[in-house]
This record gives sequence, C-alpha cells and structure tokens, in this order.
Amino acid sequence: MSDPVAQFVFLLIKAILMPVLIIMMVAFIIYFERKFAGFFQGRVGPTYLGPWGSLQSFGDIFKLLSKEDLIPTRADKPVFRLAPYIAFIPAFLVMAVLPFGPVSEETYLFGYQFDYVIANFDTGLVLFLAMGAIAVYGVVLAGWSSNNNYSLLGGLRAGAQMISYELAMGFSVVGVMVMAGSLNLVAIVDGQAGNFWDWYFIPQVVGGLIFFIATIAELNRTPFDLPEAEQELVAGHLTEYSGMRWGMFYFAEYVNLVVISGIVATLYFGGWRAPFEVLDFIPGPIWLLVKICLLVFLYMWVRWTIFRYRYNQLMSIGWKVLLPLAILNLVVTAIVVNVVG
Amino acid sequence: MSDQHDNATAAPEVQGSAVSGRPTLEELKERKARSRRRLEHTGEVMTISMGPQHPSMHGVYRAELDLDGEVIVAVRPEIGNLHRGVEKLCEQRTYHQIIPITDRLDYLAGFVMNHGYCEAVEKLMGLEVPVRGRYIRTIAGELCRIANHILWLGVHIMDLGTQTFFCICFRDREYVLDLLEMLTGARLTHSFGRIGGVAKDLPDGFDHRCRKAIDFLPQRVAEYERIVKHNRIYYKRAKGVGIFTSEDCYAWRVTGPTLRSAGVARDLRKDEPYAAYDEVDFEVAVEYNADVYDRFLVRMKEIRESCKIVRRCLDSLPDGPFVARDAGRTLPLKKNVLRDPAAMIQDFYQVFEGPQVPKGEVYRAIEAPKGEMGVYIRSEGGAKPARIRFTTPSFYHGQAVPPLVEGEMVSDMVAIFASIDVVLGDCDR
Repeated sequence: MSDPVAQFVFLLIKAILMPVLIIMMVAFIIYFERKFAGFFQGRVGPTYLGPWGSLQSFGDIFKLLSKEDLIPTRADKPVFRLAPYIAFIPAFLVMAVLPFGPVSEETYLFGYQFDYVIANFDTGLVLFLAMGAIAVYGVVLAGWSSNNNYSLLGGLRAGAQMISYELAMGFSVVGVMVMAGSLNLVAIVDGQAGNFWDWYFIPQVVGGLIFFIATIAELNRTPFDLPEAEQELVAGHLTEYSGMRWGMFYFAEYVNLVVISGIVATLYFGGWRAPFEVLDFIPGPIWLLVKICLLVFLYMWVRWTIFRYRYNQLMSIGWKVLLPLAILNLVVTAIVVNVVG
Repeated sequence: MSDQHDNATAAPEVQGSAVSGRPTLEELKERKARSRRRLEHTGEVMTISMGPQHPSMHGVYRAELDLDGEVIVAVRPEIGNLHRGVEKLCEQRTYHQIIPITDRLDYLAGFVMNHGYCEAVEKLMGLEVPVRGRYIRTIAGELCRIANHILWLGVHIMDLGTQTFFCICFRDREYVLDLLEMLTGARLTHSFGRIGGVAKDLPDGFDHRCRKAIDFLPQRVAEYERIVKHNRIYYKRAKGVGIFTSEDCYAWRVTGPTLRSAGVARDLRKDEPYAAYDEVDFEVAVEYNADVYDRFLVRMKEIRESCKIVRRCLDSLPDGPFVARDAGRTLPLKKNVLRDPAAMIQDFYQVFEGPQVPKGEVYRAIEAPKGEMGVYIRSEGGAKPARIRFTTPSFYHGQAVPPLVEGEMVSDMVAIFASIDVVLGDCDR
C-alpha cells in the first residue's frame, strides 16, 4: 500500500521527530563531552543538576536564555543577528538525507510503506558538502560583523581552513561514490550490504581517514580548532557573542558533530546496517545510533588528547598532504573498480 | 663558567655543529633570521591588544601586537598592572618582617624568594647558617623548583591547545605541594626562610614521604616526555620556534632555563654555590638549539636533577641546629620563647626592635626556577633597610618578548611567551 496521505503524515512525523530527537541527543552529548573531559583529566565533570549531573545541559540552556542579549555598539547588527542562524540551520538540513533504516518498497510500518529516510534523492552527498560549506559563512560573518580584531582573525582562519579542508573532504568522498556508483546515501548504504568486512572503511581506509581528519577541521575541534583557539584568539569568532546567540553556535557545533558522525557512519561504516548479517533482527536506527555514539566518542577522545596545529601548519597539511592523498586515493579506487568490477 | 657573569660580552660556549645536534651560534642566528625574514614584506598592520584579560596571558601582562595577517610585526609589552610597591614596603619593615613579602614575588616558588633574600641579609650581617639549615633550604628550594617546572609544563602545553595535560601536571604538582605543605605549613606562600636558617626542622615522616615522591616523580617526567617530547604536533609547534641565542640572552639579561637552552651551562647553583649545592653532586641541564623545544627539555632535565639533589640532601642530612643561634640577629625558637626567659627577651627584642644590621651594601643572586634572582640591600644601620632591590628574572624575560616573537606567528606568541616562564608577581613587584 502506497497511500499518499500516509506518506505525507509519515514525512511530517519524520521531519519533526528527527530534529527534536537530535536536539535531545545533543543536550546529552554536551553533558557526556563534559563528563568525558572530566574523566580524561582526572576530574568528575558536572555533578550538581540531576543524577550524576545529567541535566547540566538543560540548566545551561535556561541560563543562556535568561541572559541579557548583548550586541556591540559598533557591530554590523543585521549580520551579527543573522550569523548564528547561518551556522545553525545547515546542520539540520543534512539530516534530511541521512538514511536511518532500510529504504525499499517492501518495508512497512503500521501496514503502510515506509522509507527510513526523510528525503531520498540522488544528490544527497552533494547536499551534505554544500551545507558544510554554507555553515562556514556563519562563522566568517560572525567574525566579520563583531567588529573585533580577534573575531576577525577567527573568521579569516575559519574561511581559510574551510577552503583547504572541503577540497580534501570532497575528493575523499568521491572514492566512496565511485565504489557505490551513486551520490545517494541510500544507495551507498546498500552498497555496503553484508557483514562488517563489506563496509567501505576497509577498501577506503585512506579516504576514510582523510575524511575523518577533514571533518575534525569542519567541526572546529582540536587539533584544528583554530577559529576559536582560546589561548590565541580568546574565543575567535565567538568573542562578542553572549547569551542564546552564543548558545546557538555552541548547539550548532554539536548538532554538526552528531550529523557528521552519522555521515561518517553512513559512508564508511555501513550506516544503519548490522556488523553481522545474523544481527539484522535489531532495527537499523539502533545500529545507526550506536555507530554515531561511538564516533562521537572518538571525536571527543581526539579533542581532549592532542595539541592544536599552527595556522600555517594546518594549511600545509590540508594542501600538501591530505589533498594529494585524497586524489591518489580517488585514482587508485577508480582504476581498481574499473579493472575488478 | 663563572667569569661569563662578570663579562657579559664574552663569547658564549656553544659547541660546533660537528657534534650532532649542537648548532653553532651562526647557525642559530641564521635560523632566527629565517623567521624574521617574514617581516620584510609586511603590508597593512592590524593592532590587537593581548591581555591583561586574555586567557593565555600569564597573569596581567599586556602586549600590543601589530599583526600583518598572522605574522607579528611589532610588540609593545606593558607591565606594571600587578605593581604592589614591594621595594618601598620593605623599607618600612624590619629584616624579619620582609620575609613574607618576598614570598609574593614569584609566588610559584615562594621559598626560593625567601631564600634569596635571606642569603643577602646573611651576607650583609656576616652570619653563618648551620649545615642542617642549609640542607633544609636546599631541599625546600628544589621542591619549589620541581613544582614550578611542573606547573610551567602544564601551562605551556595548555597554551598549545590541550587542557588534559594541564590537569595531569596539576595532579603531579599536588604531590610536591603536599610535601611543601608538610614542611612549611603553606602551599604557595611558604614564608619558611628565616635569617640564619629556616623556620622549622623537618617534620616527622617527611623523609619517608619525600623519598616516595622523588622516586616517583622521575617516572612522571618520563611519562611527560612520552606524551609531549615525541608528539609530532608538539615537535612541529616548538622546534625552531622562538630562537633566542646566547648572545641575545646576554644582551637582554635572560637567564635560567632559557639561557641554558642556548648552550650556556650557567647555573648559579654550580657557579656561585650557596646553601648545600656545593656539597651535593648534580648536573647542569644544557641544550643547544635555543628554541621552545629545548627549553622544555632543559626543564625536564632539571626536574630530574632536582629530584637527585633532594635525595642526596636527605641521604646526607646532618644533625644539629637548623637556624643560627645569634641572640642579636635571629629569632629564637618559638617553643623556647614560652619557657626560657632569655629566649623570650630575644624574641621581644627581635620583634619590636628588629635585628641590628651593620652599615653597608650587598648584592646576592641565587638561581630561582625562572632564572637568576638577585637581591640588593643598602643598609644604613638599624633594623630596616635603607633601600632594597629585587632583580627578578621575570622582569628581564618580560622585556625580551619583542625580540623573541617579532616575525613569528600569533599562535607562536603564546607558546614562546609561556616558554620563557614569566610570572607577573615576580615581574611587577
């Protein structure tokens, strides 16, 4: 049964439920980040609000909402107000193309045909790259409109970093695209059907690593957190932001973290698929959630472990190491796929 | 090496590059010139104010940076935000009462400051410190040095972007601070030095706990090196950055680990021994590349050497009094004050009148963790100094910031500034 009314209702439910769930998840991921950071550093992290401090993020949100809304007198006010939204919205749009379960004519929910993806269209991967590129405008504009030299430096760094890493990221993804023969994330997951050794992280190990590194730069996390390098630029592009405007940047960062973890899981770790076919009875969304959580932990681990690169070193890694490697990876993949397949 | 102190323009001892890893002065200058070459094509500059509220400025140092993109074109440092008029305060107090003020100079190594001051006063008085007192001073001073270097490491690494390591360092510093607390009763401002010795004898159980800590600390240092020394990102951030050759050091009166990282084995503990340093055997940590990375290596070596010194002092700790018994010039033991009339009179006299110091002037320098800390005292007789002057290392290190960072990048500014180890309490006084 492919009832158009049912399809529309499902779509509405998916489109509302998914952002809400991810926002809830982000609240706890922020809590876990702080808790893990505490454990890594021999501290206990937040403990006061709720059991083991688990409601800390909600407390933070209320605190941010109740704060005075400050805009510097000499800031470019419309742009200053707009920038958090530019950072915030693209993060959510990528969710639309993220498949969290099987997408076919034979999957049913409550007797109706159901696609476990909000928008199943052929250029999903391009949407992800495009949204990543747009989100950087939020950072650049925030840095520029604050009328603060530290913010400006942060914004400039973000722009330069984006250019150098989006390229490597794009080229590393093309390897996956060549193997799956499609830009559609649903098709990419279908290409990884089987056990975990059929996932793309084995043939695409170089591409996967490049993609992972590039996403760290995309997420502005250590060792590539140059735009907001606390010890150098105070808070970079966020220096003049306070209250919920700052909170939106902060939130967008974590929504991005979840979504990008989802993309990494989808591209290289089989998306919603179980690591062994015998485990297929566990529903796809749960597998995706588990993978996202593990990847988020990996990002946290990296962030709290290593040093920050210097601006010019970051550039040289992006242009001189990652980009050539990504292109090489693409060429080798293309040749192998043509010869073997 | 001691003649170098008198003759600042003497050619520094820098090994030729025939010995691997020991570049000549010319090579170092060439490396330094490489970063300064960035200054040749600067366009429009943007001025930013770094500090005193900047998160990575140590204390209340302020620097105005002229930037061309990310390159630092010019620096105008500004100090004095923490000025408390220490030298003037000292003129109003008796020699005993000055001791707690000296703690507040370099509050990260409080006892060393006490020590330097006491050494100067004793030199002025011609007072001999008992052997046990000198050994206890050495132990406390070296513990301060360890605490200071561990804190330095944590802060330096945090400036390079990882906060986790900072917490590791703070955890390990606690062991040393616990020892100091046990010994002196305070964690930071020890006020443990006394004219003619120290305030208290070693407490019961100190020997055991101290040995445990100094057996354990070199392992921790090895772990720091495992985490930091061979870290690729640290290597890239620190190697060849912030080169300050021995010539520059002499020109700007930069001492301590920064000078030793430039290949000069200058250490007052060795060159002009005081306390018990001539009776224990230790090595002066020297490195040759004069960059941030070598300053890290020097400090790590120094922690190891300090552990050795403490261990040897504990091994050969002599019995006897720990403070000179000189009724006219030193404070009596507190427990005697309450029982012995003579001691009570002495205490009364010392507290109300102060020690009687002959006319004259004196300069005495000791090796503080951050560099050479000198005390100049001019006495016109009586219980209060006519003029007292502290030449503290941080002041000279702070003024050397412009030649250190010009031509480097903003990110290096924080790394270099941390690497020369400036404490603003020490600098502004």
